[in-house]
Amino acid sequence: MADVREGRTAVEPEAVSAERSRLVEGVRAYGLIVAMWLRSTMAYRASFVMTALGNFVATGFDFVTILLMFTHVDVLGGYTLPEVALLYGASATAFGLSDLVLGSMDRLGRRVRDGTLDTLLVRPVPVLAQVAADRFALRRLGRITQGLLVLGYALGTLDIAWTPLKVLVLPMMVLSGAAVFGAVFVVGAAFQFYAQDASEVQNAFTYGGTTLLQYPPSVFAKDLVRGVTFVVPLAFVSWLPALYVLGRDYPLDLPRWVAFLPPVVAAGCWVVAGLAWRAGLRAYRSTGS
Amino acid sequence: MRLYAVVAAGGFRRYATYRMATLAGVFTNTVFGFIMAYTYIALWDERPQLGGYDMSQALTYVWLGQALLMTCAMMGGGFEDELMERIRTGDIAVDLYRPADLQLWWLAGDLGRAAFHLLGRGIVPMVLGALAFDLALPASPWTWLAFLVSVALGVVVSFAVRFLVALTAFWLMDGAGAMQIAWLAGLFFSGMLLPLNLFPGVLGEVARALPWSSLLQVPADVFLGTYAGWDLLGAYAFQAGWAVVLLLAGRLLQSVATRRVVVQGG
Repeated sequence: MADVREGRTAVEPEAVSAERSRLVEGVRAYGLIVAMWLRSTMAYRASFVMTALGNFVATGFDFVTILLMFTHVDVLGGYTLPEVALLYGASATAFGLSDLVLGSMDRLGRRVRDGTLDTLLVRPVPVLAQVAADRFALRRLGRITQGLLVLGYALGTLDIAWTPLKVLVLPMMVLSGAAVFGAVFVVGAAFQFYAQDASEVQNAFTYGGTTLLQYPPSVFAKDLVRGVTFVVPLAFVSWLPALYVLGRDYPLDLPRWVAFLPPVVAAGCWVVAGLAWRAGLRAYRSTGS
Repeated sequence: MRLYAVVAAGGFRRYATYRMATLAGVFTNTVFGFIMAYTYIALWDERPQLGGYDMSQALTYVWLGQALLMTCAMMGGGFEDELMERIRTGDIAVDLYRPADLQLWWLAGDLGRAAFHLLGRGIVPMVLGALAFDLALPASPWTWLAFLVSVALGVVVSFAVRFLVALTAFWLMDGAGAMQIAWLAGLFFSGMLLPLNLFPGVLGEVARALPWSSLLQVPADVFLGTYAGWDLLGAYAFQAGWAVVLLLAGRLLQSVATRRVVVQGG
């Protein structure tokens, strides 16, 4: 340990460098465990193709529902189909990314219940990385593909006056959105340290959140929009940046620059998620079984 | 008969022990209920009387969907994982020696499970939905009773489908694919995502004729008072017909599969 620390520049405080090395270690461990699961997934290629296809179709049903709605109406909440498709594609892709990377976190409650979490605690690898990489499911690429296709359809049909800023907002929106959803996954998992079989609460915020964001904000009651803007800041995942791209009015009379906040909001979410995770892990009592 | 009553009670009690999970499920059902209710309001604002429902009937449909999601196992769940696991490991051989019918045994357990979910995860979201929105609740107790009968038939149809799917484990090494296709079909064709009378043309006709419409569309229409007199009997006959056909198919597949177990030696 000592020689590692001496190698660092003296300017860097020790706590920060320790934090950084833990992060690097965690990412490395995550990569290794994921690689292992990938090898095991690829042992049954036919099964993988089928489940990935199933994932694609399953998540696509959400958009089919919207398509079916638009066989009856021209606008929904004042938005046309391509506009809704942009909101949908952004939200589905962002959620798909976080689901791929952290979607296994909802198994934490089961591990707490059956006592197998203890095995993870004694390994010299960050627990978060182990839990996140556990049973890494590559089939979740299905959701990302589906989201990207709808996004592609939206961008192909919409008549947008593109500016460099609008072009930049697109990748920023998807990546920050994935980070926000990722933080929700971690907070949800931290909650499972206390409520061991309540993983469905997490679904309300993750799956529920992405469903909510697939429709225009004008559809929902003001209080609900306020809640997902200021309390659980899901509005920054797709609504606010996408409305900037579309050049439409924001909900709640928010100023135009909030469209560029998603990276800041995502960083804030991760600070909260980190604190929640630590608190949860500290409170953990093994079932002893 | 007493044996199956005990098994059903066991199924009920088994799910009743997961109190936190039930609470969490109620929360999730309520959140989804709210999200869907607002999208339906936007839709019915544009097109009042869409699909023959007025706004409050459409909203009632949303909350019925949330209340019945687990009861009728529209996204799967319940016994099929366990049955598949027993088939895979060969434990099924032990079950076959028991002095109880395999299909009836699992049906009884699943009815117990459904009863618990109707009470545990159905009532609270429905009440919360009724408090937040103007729902079209039946005034006559007979409609409520007719609805419960329809739900019970829906549960049996749902069981019969899932039993068939679980039996595929005798042939497929990994039943996950078959199970996934089954729950996809269940989700889409039950009317969980959108009422089946909003499905256009032939797709709508096919969707309404498939067994999955027994899980939500038919009970919801009974609840909303769409069927009266002979029409109600017709709706029941539709559900019961599918139940009988699918249960018989399960029985047939079971006897074919059982012979296979003997060949495999468990």
